[in-house]
Amino acid sequence: MATRWLMATPSSSPFNASVTFMDKKDSLTVPGRYNEIRHICDFVAEGAAQAGFDEDAIFQVQLACDEACTNIIEHTYEAENAGKIQISWEIGRRTFTIIIEDSGKRFDPGEIPPAPVPPTAVRVGQEEDYDVKVGGLGVYFMRKLMDKVTFHYNEGSGNVLTMEKRLPEK
Amino acid sequence: MLDINVQSLKRVDLISISGRVDSSTAPQLEQTLEDRMGEGRHSLVLEMSDVNYLSSAGLRTLVSALRACKKKGGDVRIANPSERVSEVMALAGLDSLFTMYDDVTMAVGSY
Repeated sequence: MATRWLMATPSSSPFNASVTFMDKKDSLTVPGRYNEIRHICDFVAEGAAQAGFDEDAIFQVQLACDEACTNIIEHTYEAENAGKIQISWEIGRRTFTIIIEDSGKRFDPGEIPPAPVPPTAVRVGQEEDYDVKVGGLGVYFMRKLMDKVTFHYNEGSGNVLTMEKRLPEK
Repeated sequence: MLDINVQSLKRVDLISISGRVDSSTAPQLEQTLEDRMGEGRHSLVLEMSDVNYLSSAGLRTLVSALRACKKKGGDVRIANPSERVSEVMALAGLDSLFTMYDDVTMAVGSY
């Protein structure tokens, strides 16, 4: 896979001549299939590692992307092999940004509750049952694991999900 | 990617899971659990020390099994959850739903 290295000089630095930062990015396109989730996780883990995240934060990035892509297959394509998923990451000066695009039907996060109802065991007659809203966990995880999550829909091209995580302090 | 080993003990089925439980592999775990329940085995211990990845798809499978087992008077108890399993369950607020044990002997003996 190709990684592009772009050199830039921050204008605010008093050491313009010598201080630079590198803006790294990469992208991957895969068919919308569950058995591609591992591939997607490995791809974003590589970017997160380059961004300097520790093992726990890399896992969080992987899980957020897994949940996003699983949602795309389940809810926007509504089946496997119904379209492609494009994932790109970029290491900026302060944030690690992941953009995930699909060409499925419009995904409306407003239909997803912001947080799941806490699971509670309830007694129904003599039986113990559980009131668990497990279906909303994907978006909930994405919001908990990343610092910023935004959904956008482009007429004609599809859904664009942007997730950001602040880079670790150096 | 996901290995599942089932041991039928006297009163309990001990199911050792290792690898990755995500939307690709959760159906394999779901099938195993449904097969055990189909055999009338509703007291399950899941040994999860070697589960290095768990997503909400895996959690859904565990909660479905828990619900089905409870309805039959059984339970799904977790032995040796890995750090990732504990983390994801806590993130979802589901850690209080499952009884967890630090070792397999205690989990099996709890029935």
